[in-house]
Amino acid sequence: MEIVLVGLNHRTAPVEVRERVSYTAEQARRAASELRSRGILEETLVLSTCNRSEVYGVPPETSHESAAGLSSFLSEFHKVQPDILSVSLYHHYDRHAVRHLFRVSAGLDSMMLGEAEILGQVREAYKFAYEQGATGPVLNRMFQAALEVGKRVRSETELGTRPMSVASAGVKLAERIFGKLGQRTALVLGAGTISEQVMLQLRDRGIGQLLLMNRSLERAEKLATEFHGTVVPWGEWGDALRSPDVIVSSVAAEEPILERAILEQAMAARGNRALFIMDLGLPRNIEPAAADIYNVYLYNLDDLGGIVQQSRAMRENEIPRAETIVDEHVGKFLSWQASVELVGLVDELRARLRHERTAFIRERMETMKHLSAHDRQQMELLMGELLEKLLLEPAERLRGEKELRRKIQNVEALRDLFLSNREKQ
Amino acid sequence: MSHLYFIFTVAAYSLSWGCYLAFLNTGRALLGTCGSALLGLGLVTHYFALLERSRGLHTVPYHDLYGSMSLFGWLLALTYLALEFYHQQRSVGAFAVPFILAFFMTAHLAPADRLSPTVAHGVVFALHVTLSILAYAAFALSFVLSVIYLAEERLLRNRKLSNVVWRLPSLELLERMSHSSVLVGVISIAIGTVLGFIWVDRLTGQYWFYDPKYVITLVVLFLYLLYFQLARSTAWRGARASKLCVFNFFVVVMSFTVVNLYLSHSHRYF
Repeated sequence: MEIVLVGLNHRTAPVEVRERVSYTAEQARRAASELRSRGILEETLVLSTCNRSEVYGVPPETSHESAAGLSSFLSEFHKVQPDILSVSLYHHYDRHAVRHLFRVSAGLDSMMLGEAEILGQVREAYKFAYEQGATGPVLNRMFQAALEVGKRVRSETELGTRPMSVASAGVKLAERIFGKLGQRTALVLGAGTISEQVMLQLRDRGIGQLLLMNRSLERAEKLATEFHGTVVPWGEWGDALRSPDVIVSSVAAEEPILERAILEQAMAARGNRALFIMDLGLPRNIEPAAADIYNVYLYNLDDLGGIVQQSRAMRENEIPRAETIVDEHVGKFLSWQASVELVGLVDELRARLRHERTAFIRERMETMKHLSAHDRQQMELLMGELLEKLLLEPAERLRGEKELRRKIQNVEALRDLFLSNREKQ
Repeated sequence: MSHLYFIFTVAAYSLSWGCYLAFLNTGRALLGTCGSALLGLGLVTHYFALLERSRGLHTVPYHDLYGSMSLFGWLLALTYLALEFYHQQRSVGAFAVPFILAFFMTAHLAPADRLSPTVAHGVVFALHVTLSILAYAAFALSFVLSVIYLAEERLLRNRKLSNVVWRLPSLELLERMSHSSVLVGVISIAIGTVLGFIWVDRLTGQYWFYDPKYVITLVVLFLYLLYFQLARSTAWRGARASKLCVFNFFVVVMSFTVVNLYLSHSHRYF
């Protein structure tokens, strides 16, 4: 019951290779099906995201042999030359494969440390493979544990709570002032890439209403359609500044487009309701003196960049706590795996000893012709009872004692020790 | 037995405070839940400690200054827990529980019969006192919430964000929590004062006689109503309203201490 993982990610492969080795849902289904029909894997799961393509499986033979077969299959399936693929692929086996998956699920292996999306992607990949019948008892248990790890890391650590970009830092700050943004309005000035990133964050955080103001109406309308926003005519500050709670400004302008006087008038008109302004322009779009206006919270690029730096350090500080959770679940999984394997091993051992007993008795009885048939039968029964007695206690202890199962880390070594003679024969 | 309740209550409140602090520091939800559960447990044992104390003295728990303080602490804990449950926000616990603990310990470590008793009997009187102390507890909570608001607001305006700021409630929520707390206080003090007049009427046959306590209670009521009004106005919305709330609580403290102890003819301990 070994586990094999072959894959590549943003650290091992450039985007040109990653895009060639990615899977659509149909390709994932077909790959899993072919891997099982060709006998390369008994259980299969394909995990494909924008930054990683991984195949997890339980092979019928030893995992190292299967990994070679799996690499060849991937090269053939994706029509990528083996030498190109071999430098990008990583192979993990058994406990290392389990640990890798748990770290992926926790967001520890992501390009953006602690990102939340990966947990959903792992869940989807598992659900898809399960529904296709591609998984079995091992991968089911392993992926259910991985989802548990992901949930625990997100609820018990702060790995994913701190902002990692200027856009997310700004939106999280808005939440510090207003709480949930569902009933709030944001006005975005400018329609460039930065504005788009902030709008994406605002939409993800459930902003109530998005207003867009841009010199080029065409671009503003395009973005407004994409984000279900409303375009406001450029420069009509009187009306535009009355309703928003958040203003995001990222406009290429040499002079500030919003001066303190304009904002003071706007604040008076809006009854001094709090206003959070993200000035992402360079040169700055908002006159810095506006920060002194009562109930105005003004943050520029440097302020938000400082928060991102602070957050990065905080996230990195959380890594040991997340790794502890990963280790705990790897231990639990291996203990479960060992218990299943050990119980199987005891059954195999029992069969082996019965076989040996029969052969042994037959051989020795040849030299003990004086014994009656009844004596021989009795002797055979006694030996049988002795074997059962010898095996009963260890079998029961293995079923009942978690700690014992945890201590027995290498079931294969035990198998070699007790059952290797038969294999040699 | 009361000694046992005292130990249990101090232990529960102290552990609750520890959990709330750890929750604020680490953000682990389980610690916050433990803080609430331990505070709830402390509330129960505190109740029995109050009951034991009253039975020991053969009178109501607000018989003396220390009993009133203990009841104040209990009602503060109750109000806080209700507010926490209503707003689903546990970050304030780290700031509210030390007050509860301090009031409880001061009250129960002091001698029980240091001051002479007032004439204290009847349901109307009991409700008058309990509602008045509940109002003071609610005002104390709004004070704590306003101080947190002002500190967080200052950090956000100065762009100096420490780790704790990310775990505190949003400014908007703090404002709402403070409003809820003041609302409980205003309603309680209004009903409590009316009941006080009714009780005085029954006792002396007249609703009103001059007592500085009456005046300051009406001033407190007026100031908190003013807070409600100004908190929605253009000029006062935000930090200014919170400053007014802090100021109002100093008037409450004056009413609870200086006026009670030195000026009032009929109020001493509540």
